[in-house]
Amino acid sequence: MDLWFAVLQALTLALVLALIYRPLGDYMAAFYQSSRDLRIERGFYRLIGVNPRSQQTWQSYLRSVLAFSLLGVLFVYAIQRAQAVLPYSLGFPAIPSGLSFNTAVSFVTNTNWQSYSPDVTMGYSVQMLGLAVQNFVSAAVGIAVAIALVRGFAQRRTGTIGNFWVDLTRGVLRLLLPGAVLAAVVLLAGGVIQNLTGFTDVTTITGATQSIPGGPVASQEAIKMLGTNGGGFFNANSAHPFENPTAWTSMFQIILMLAIPFSLPRTFGTIVGDKRQGYAILGAMAAIFVVSLTALTLFELGGAGTAPLAAGGAMEGKEQRFGIIGSALFGTTSTLTSTGAVNSMHDSFTSLGGMMPMLNMMLGEVAPGGTGSGLYGMLILAVITVFIAGLLVGRTPEYLGKKIGPREIKIASLYILVTPTLVLAGTALSFAIPAVRADVESTSIWNPGLHGLSEVLYAFTSAANNNGSAFAGLTANTPWFNTALGVAMLLGRFLPIVLVLALAGALSAQDTVPATRGTLPTHRTQFVGLLVGVTVIITALTYFPVLALGPLAEGLQ
Amino acid sequence: MSSPRNSARQYGVALRAMLVFTVILGVAYPLAITAFGQLALPNQANGSLIHGSSGVVGSSLIGQSFTDADGAARPEWFQSRPSAAGNGYDATASSGSNLGPENADLIAAIADRKSAIEESDGVTAAQIPADALTASASGLDPQISAEYARIQVNRVSAARGLPVATVSALVESRIQGRDLGFLGEPTVNVLQLNLALESLPDQG
Repeated sequence: MDLWFAVLQALTLALVLALIYRPLGDYMAAFYQSSRDLRIERGFYRLIGVNPRSQQTWQSYLRSVLAFSLLGVLFVYAIQRAQAVLPYSLGFPAIPSGLSFNTAVSFVTNTNWQSYSPDVTMGYSVQMLGLAVQNFVSAAVGIAVAIALVRGFAQRRTGTIGNFWVDLTRGVLRLLLPGAVLAAVVLLAGGVIQNLTGFTDVTTITGATQSIPGGPVASQEAIKMLGTNGGGFFNANSAHPFENPTAWTSMFQIILMLAIPFSLPRTFGTIVGDKRQGYAILGAMAAIFVVSLTALTLFELGGAGTAPLAAGGAMEGKEQRFGIIGSALFGTTSTLTSTGAVNSMHDSFTSLGGMMPMLNMMLGEVAPGGTGSGLYGMLILAVITVFIAGLLVGRTPEYLGKKIGPREIKIASLYILVTPTLVLAGTALSFAIPAVRADVESTSIWNPGLHGLSEVLYAFTSAANNNGSAFAGLTANTPWFNTALGVAMLLGRFLPIVLVLALAGALSAQDTVPATRGTLPTHRTQFVGLLVGVTVIITALTYFPVLALGPLAEGLQ
Repeated sequence: MSSPRNSARQYGVALRAMLVFTVILGVAYPLAITAFGQLALPNQANGSLIHGSSGVVGSSLIGQSFTDADGAARPEWFQSRPSAAGNGYDATASSGSNLGPENADLIAAIADRKSAIEESDGVTAAQIPADALTASASGLDPQISAEYARIQVNRVSAARGLPVATVSALVESRIQGRDLGFLGEPTVNVLQLNLALESLPDQG
């Protein structure tokens, strides 16, 4: 029975993540809080000119994040524009300016949306020097911001939240680089390629010719998953047999995507000195994950819709080695984290099945979310939850001993407004501006009718939430989408970061208040239920109308 | 507050950090993995290439078309799944069809593929598995389901003048179970099956 394989696969994943949770979570807590530097780090700090012992205010921390990210955008942009003169470019020309902008923003914001087809666009030097580097550092930036927020909860009356350059460096050197090396070796053993030989032309046994690509894929694939980036070396992403050759490498990639985001609640619990708080956040994340996975698996196994029924199963856009169950788990993982990698084509999912990746992203990617961004997103929702619970009983809300006053709740409210505004405004403008609409309908949309609206909605949902997956039939390499999605990715990444760091600063400056009988306990099942409820209700209220116009209408007709 | 000098300093730090990270993560790391792959796992690192009598004939991981110059299926070879990569199994243009579940073109294509297989393989529509009628995500899927391999046995053995039992036994021996017994789906690698078929003796 198919369902048993789905259950067994999910249980295996849960077991592996449970085994990783404590050691990885504690390891991250220890090294982000440590006051000792490795020798190589001391050399690095001297080289770049920072004092690792200096503590930053939230404004200073933010300026460092923004300076580093802006330079990253310029750097990746410049490398693409210079592709024609770089070695190992496979003869590909310079990337056009609009696409270079979109791609630079995409990789710096940890989105990894790809308006282009990498197979015929990006040479090895752009992939390695530009894209792979951002795969590491954009993930490290996300975790750094999350750790800064956790320090805000943990520290009393300091007003500082850590040192960005130290957090960035440790995230890369102590976590992501060693993890990526290990993962790359495992992927290599599974058949992922790693060479610099370009294309190999072969004559097949029927006398035809086939041109087989090469590339430094394993090294990139490892950090693409571990850093929840998701930008494929090839157009088909993790469906390409050279990126993901077997069912077990697919499972391994799923574990890589979830390892850090699902362990960060432990890091949080350890740093704030109450591990039960970590379990509560983990519980909320896991509950949403299980429900979402179940829904997508059942929708795809059900195979509703004209084409899946005609074919006898929803196998369009799915690989035989992964099957429906392996595709549903990968798709759920990729869109509940900020990865956006795909091992099946979401555009060809059943109508209601295709709605699930969208819903996953619309939840704000908090279950467990991207590296760092998932934790800070969920902590913002926890702040909203204690506020709502406080309203119900008429008490000033507190979370982890910190008062959630007007300033804190304003910041949290602005945070949850950012991405819905970008998604809905972007989608609406695509159809409201006459010239844009004509271009979107004639050039970009691949599937006509309701599904076409879903393609545009998916694109803005993915960009604003920094996911990067797509209803990939959409032709996004147009001036409108390159620009609008680029802006959505930038604002969707950095406005929340500004707000999170502001919150971290406000919390860090506060003293803690002692818990009383009236304090809402935030480590019990009751709170987990409230948190899940708040997450789901906010999303449902915001997005129900537009979902009703797209996938719901298609699926129920 | 932020003085211009302080900002300029931040950008200097950021620039130096970016350059050092680029050297470590963009050059040293991928080259070290490349060196490791080429020394320790050269077969995998270079694409699991299959060497035939006349040199490299493909990769065990990358699917191929077994069609004539016009794209029509050649009955003496086991057929791969439909492909949306270029004109079919173009390994420089990996892609799915991205057609949605209600897309008229996809519905028509499935009907066409179904009647073509019914005719060529002499089977009923109910016997044809979904993977035979649908394009994969990569367009390079090297594998088909065991069911799809089995319904092709009669056609292939007739075209080659081989006993059905011989070809059938070959197919059964080439079915790969799920990874670790429960991950993914059972598969048959089409290129490897066809290579084994070619090496069978006594072909008419």
